[in-house]
Amino acid sequence: MAIAISVQDLNHYFGQGQLRKQVLFDINLEINTGEIVIMTGPSGSGKTTLLTLIGGLRSAQSGSLQVLGQELCGATPQKLTQARKHHGYIFQAHNLHSSLTTLQNVKMGLELHREIPPTEMKARAIRMLEQVGLGERTNYYPDGLSGGQKQRVAIARALVSHPKLVLADEPTAALDSKSGRDVVNLMQTLAKEQGCTILLVTHDNRILDVADRIVHMEDGVLKRNTASPVG
Amino acid sequence: MIGFIQQLQRRTPLGWLQLSHEKGRLLVALAGIAFADVLMFMQLGFQNALYDSNTRVSRAMSADIILLSPKALNLQNLSTFSRRRLFQAKDVPGVQTSTALYINSITWRNPQTRLNATVQVLGFAPDEPAFDLPEVNQQLDKLKLPDTVLFDRGARGQYAEAIAQVEQGKTTTTEVDRRTLTIAGLFSLGASFGADANLMVSDQTFLRLFPRRDAASVSLGLIQVKSGYNPQQVAAALESHLPEDVRVLTTQEYLQFEENYWRTASPIGFVFGLGTVMAFVVGVVIVYQVLSTDVNAHIKEYATFKAMGYSNSYLLSVVFEEAIILAFLGFIPGAILPLGLYALAANATALPIYMTASRAVFVLVLTVVMCALSGAIATRKLQSADPADMF
Repeated sequence: MAIAISVQDLNHYFGQGQLRKQVLFDINLEINTGEIVIMTGPSGSGKTTLLTLIGGLRSAQSGSLQVLGQELCGATPQKLTQARKHHGYIFQAHNLHSSLTTLQNVKMGLELHREIPPTEMKARAIRMLEQVGLGERTNYYPDGLSGGQKQRVAIARALVSHPKLVLADEPTAALDSKSGRDVVNLMQTLAKEQGCTILLVTHDNRILDVADRIVHMEDGVLKRNTASPVG
Repeated sequence: MIGFIQQLQRRTPLGWLQLSHEKGRLLVALAGIAFADVLMFMQLGFQNALYDSNTRVSRAMSADIILLSPKALNLQNLSTFSRRRLFQAKDVPGVQTSTALYINSITWRNPQTRLNATVQVLGFAPDEPAFDLPEVNQQLDKLKLPDTVLFDRGARGQYAEAIAQVEQGKTTTTEVDRRTLTIAGLFSLGASFGADANLMVSDQTFLRLFPRRDAASVSLGLIQVKSGYNPQQVAAALESHLPEDVRVLTTQEYLQFEENYWRTASPIGFVFGLGTVMAFVVGVVIVYQVLSTDVNAHIKEYATFKAMGYSNSYLLSVVFEEAIILAFLGFIPGAILPLGLYALAANATALPIYMTASRAVFVLVLTVVMCALSGAIATRKLQSADPADMF
């Protein structure tokens, strides 16, 4: 199986000079294409930092970080921006644009890909919204949707361009257990359909069962790197 | 180019959607820009009115070339030169006519209020029309009567009743020193900053009103060039033919000379120029406030777009899109309101304040620059839209 993410001896520091503090210690992690990996761990353990490094939101400082065949360690901001186009990012907050309808929000996920003609963008965005069960709400603004619905739109936005890698940072934290469950199932189904790799950071024990593998992070060190007990 | 248009077509008009989603904020923004535009229009309008009003008399003169004293400053301070130069000018080939114009200011009694007021008296021989004003030229016979004048309908001050009376065909009389003047007719020129009103009189009446002036000392010489001759060449010939004690200018040069005086010697050009700059700065501040509030309100969304792979320049283009939309939308009320205000100001001041296409274009350009500048300052806030720090 091809490797989607390969992290080797990754160290990361925050701050400058005397305030410099190491937050990630010798991280080694490999994730295969099509795998769903959940990363757990207490607050402040460095989960989100690792996720932002893999997602190309920050530049990795030392070690090796290969995502979808690209080395992101020491990459220029332009290269990181380029790399981000191939990821789907789902945040804890939905972060939908309040001035755009759900359809327009989802379309923003496609606009980056210049090869897709406008008519197809619209068709794909509508199909995606139907898949997340919001086909009726294409012209709603985010203010008119419930929390779960907004998160589903955010997932549609992240997945509409069929990214090879989906990164999710506590996507269920703001949702009740049923909507949370729905959202995770949806991610799982869509990911399996599109054959993409998912790395999911969460505190939420109720959703661990979707993972192929669970890794545990504590104090900037990956503690456990095992196959999921359930999966 | 085609690729660029295709990109535009597929692009979600994010700036417009953001602006139009918040109608209240958009209206406030447009009101602010319109306000700045109105201020600029008024300042530029007044400035232009100053220059226009002070050359209005000069522009009405029927002359291709104008002779004046080297000591002349402006229409109100012309000094005099010898009438002999006018006769000598006739020797130069291409000169058709050379007419003397006598100009001076006088304090007269307002026929309506009976209060003293200063008016500018323009004296010329009724047989040789000095102005391109059909209204004046039809009434030249009236001027042949002694102490009879034509009065300016556009005069500043309380003259409405007196004008109405003359309009009905009655004559009105008033006093200058101990002379009685008869207003026999009207014409339209308008007030200037230098003179509240103009009176047209015959050269004989002029000399009677100003006993210290004599016929041999004229204020301006109006020269008409025969058809087929180039005024510029005739002016050059006059220049070499006439002695140094008289200045030869083409009408165009003379208008520039007059305007130049007000531009440099009077503070008014500076004052209105400064006013325009202030209005511009006010506009920059208003638009900056609107745009930076907007950027702040959407900072999370912007960070999300960055995380999705949108580049910084995309977000810059959104802010500039908003700036340009604001500039054009704000310009519409900003250009319509001054039309009414110009009419109001023109009525109140009897100055020629009106909208010109070139000024509208100029203010539109200023508005776009103003909004782009504010946009450029507001985009500095975009740097804080860092998705890594946000989530």
